[in-house]
Amino acid sequence: MSRTLRSTLSFVGILLFLAVLWEGYKWMGQTTGGTWPLTDVNLPIRTNERSMPHLWDILAALFRPARRGGDSILLIVLLEAALFTFRSAFLGFLVGGAIGFSLGVLFIRSHIAERGLMPYVVASQTVPILAIAPILVVWAGRANIPKWIVVGVISAYLAFFPIAINTLRGLRSPEATASELMRSYAASPNQVLWKLQVPAALPYLFPALKVAATASVIGAIVGELPASMPDGMGRAILNFAAAFSAAPEKLFASILVAALIGIVFVGLVAGVERLVLPASRRVQADRIEAGSVLENATA
Amino acid sequence: MRSRLRGWLPAAGLFVVGLVVWEGFVRVFDIKGFILPAPTAIVATFFNETSELISAGVGTFLSALGGLVVGTMAAIVTAFAAARWSFVREGALPFAIAANSTPIIVLAPIANSWFGITSAAGSIFVVAVLVFFPVMINLVRGLMSATPSQIELMNSYAAPRRTQLWKLQFPTAQPYLFSALKIAAALSLIGAIVKEFFGGSQDRLGQYITTKAGLLQFEEAWAAIVLASAFGIVLYAFVAWMERRVIPWHVSIRQT
Amino acid sequence: MTALRMSGVDKVFNEGSDGEVAALRNIDLSVEPGEFVSLIGPSGCGKSTLLRLVGDLLPPSRGEVTVNGKPPQQARIDRDYGMVFQSATLLEWRKILGNVALPLEIMGVDEAERTRRAREMLELVQLEQFADHYPWQLSGGMQQRVSIARALSFSPAILLMDEPFGALDEMTRERMQMELLRIWAETNTTIMFVTHSIPEAVFLSTRVVIMSPRPGEITEIVDIDLSQPRVFETREDQRFFALLTQVREGLRAVEKP
Repeated sequence: MSRTLRSTLSFVGILLFLAVLWEGYKWMGQTTGGTWPLTDVNLPIRTNERSMPHLWDILAALFRPARRGGDSILLIVLLEAALFTFRSAFLGFLVGGAIGFSLGVLFIRSHIAERGLMPYVVASQTVPILAIAPILVVWAGRANIPKWIVVGVISAYLAFFPIAINTLRGLRSPEATASELMRSYAASPNQVLWKLQVPAALPYLFPALKVAATASVIGAIVGELPASMPDGMGRAILNFAAAFSAAPEKLFASILVAALIGIVFVGLVAGVERLVLPASRRVQADRIEAGSVLENATA
Repeated sequence: MRSRLRGWLPAAGLFVVGLVVWEGFVRVFDIKGFILPAPTAIVATFFNETSELISAGVGTFLSALGGLVVGTMAAIVTAFAAARWSFVREGALPFAIAANSTPIIVLAPIANSWFGITSAAGSIFVVAVLVFFPVMINLVRGLMSATPSQIELMNSYAAPRRTQLWKLQFPTAQPYLFSALKIAAALSLIGAIVKEFFGGSQDRLGQYITTKAGLLQFEEAWAAIVLASAFGIVLYAFVAWMERRVIPWHVSIRQT
Repeated sequence: MTALRMSGVDKVFNEGSDGEVAALRNIDLSVEPGEFVSLIGPSGCGKSTLLRLVGDLLPPSRGEVTVNGKPPQQARIDRDYGMVFQSATLLEWRKILGNVALPLEIMGVDEAERTRRAREMLELVQLEQFADHYPWQLSGGMQQRVSIARALSFSPAILLMDEPFGALDEMTRERMQMELLRIWAETNTTIMFVTHSIPEAVFLSTRVVIMSPRPGEITEIVDIDLSQPRVFETREDQRFFALLTQVREGLRAVEKP
């Protein structure tokens, strides 16, 4: 059996295991009346339809109208919200990525720039941007800055750091003899950059891009929470959370879709990676950590 | 020690200069407090609102700490299972990587409904799930990072599988574990705060920040952020101190 | 015209600071076109540094270096050198053909011409069937042959080789030595060759330069008067053993206690 097949099967196996665990726990609670079997000790999570809807109810909710009497089904409503959030996240990802990459190139080109700016780049990550999000959003509201720009800025702020750090590490990764070789050909700085340093940096860049993709989605969702933007995923989740007691399965469905945004985004990056890097170098990329990145960028 | 101090100096200098520039900027241009409060105003707020802030801060900090502990324990157990049985590893690792690419924080409203909106258990749950994946992924990588020749050495002693796990794989994995724990420490506090943005007790930092920001009381909001950062640094420093105690042999420590 | 002339060359690293290291002192050396000169000496004798001064990868602290009558920098810009290191240093994202064509690409040679040249070079090192492979698919010895092909692709007048066979096993190494001699004879290139191995230096070279460590100085230059072309039997020649002994004793004399 091939490795991929085996790990796909194990993956599906884990999903099934979790589903069985959910339904089994629910069944147990329903049978015992909410306690551990043969005891009077209450289960930590209630098993009624409100707290733990059946998985099939959650999936079915996706295909029923989002609002009573409305014509669009929940899935469509959620996908529209997801698309809206994805747009902000993608904008932030692009801007953050461009800034991060440019900083990496600037730092490898100029030692002075690195010494002067690197402390600020590192210091920028000590600001807990997600925690400040509400302040930023209210600020921007008073300054009449469109909210989607603030959301994009929060995403970009989260995305740029991992990319800057790993771009720099990657640009530095060629061995000394490779640089001497380029020098012996009297290659121009641009030729060294594009023929040696950037190709060498790609296996470092992709893990950072994946972290940045997730981070930018988180930034967008959290940014939307106080933004009173009716269109995004953050708001959709809050709304369904408010209507939880009436229709719990809708909240669960919306959280599934929110999780999908992250997976699809990272999947897109992985797809580009497959196109750009041959298999032997993807193995190398898998071994490269996105560095001190997770530290600041995931929540 | 001396050189470590010197390494910190530029950062500390930058911090002080930043504060002075900020203060000067606010004073010279007479910026209103509801746009950008001066550092001194934030400090003053801290003294006026001490009890409220401390009670909110400690509440959030304890949730973060609880989640960190629970999530890390669960991650360690899972990682050991994954290191021991290849079928667990082959399924769990891709699953964890996929889960790690989702915005896990959106579990917050579910936690609110499961554990009650004001209960700390909800925050602990969210933070635990949040730290679980990065810690587990790193630890599995660490446990699998023993070199073939090290494993051959163990095999030459006819060491049973369990001995190998304890005497070789776990020590090799410790640096990975600690770097993951540092990530998790920073993550846990931010996670606890953001979880509270989705709703929670008024007496918590997340709610405090959103409420005060909504009321344009930015001094209070900023004071809460500063407090949160302080708690975050405490947590991080504790993990870093543990790292020095537990793995003094590792390069990352020898270099500093 | 002399291919290379060094006169009164010193190289000091970190000059004027605490970590000052005198790497080379008072180097005088001249090499005629078509020669094969080996540099040999204990570690730390500065033989790699000497090679890097010639290749303009490092500037000399004092003295003068000329290559084909020009300063090293001009020679580098005129692409007078090919370099080969101990590690093959192939770019892993390029196929073998692309690696050999890399210098030509940088020099702005058009694609048809550089493909033609690169294929020709791969034929020279007998690897033409591997043109479409990636570096990791080749053994260490094959990778090193590719790096020689790459160095020769733009027909440099001088080949600078820094322990090129140092990482290879003995059998591969002897095969590579024969191959290098064949290429040297076919291309008429001047070769400067850094090595640790006494038999390698004697077997390949027309002259062997013996250096002493800290600071690196040239203590003796041994003319290798074995007949050309060198063949497998050369290694069993009485004269070969006599020269080995001479170089070995020259090296023993420089080992300062």
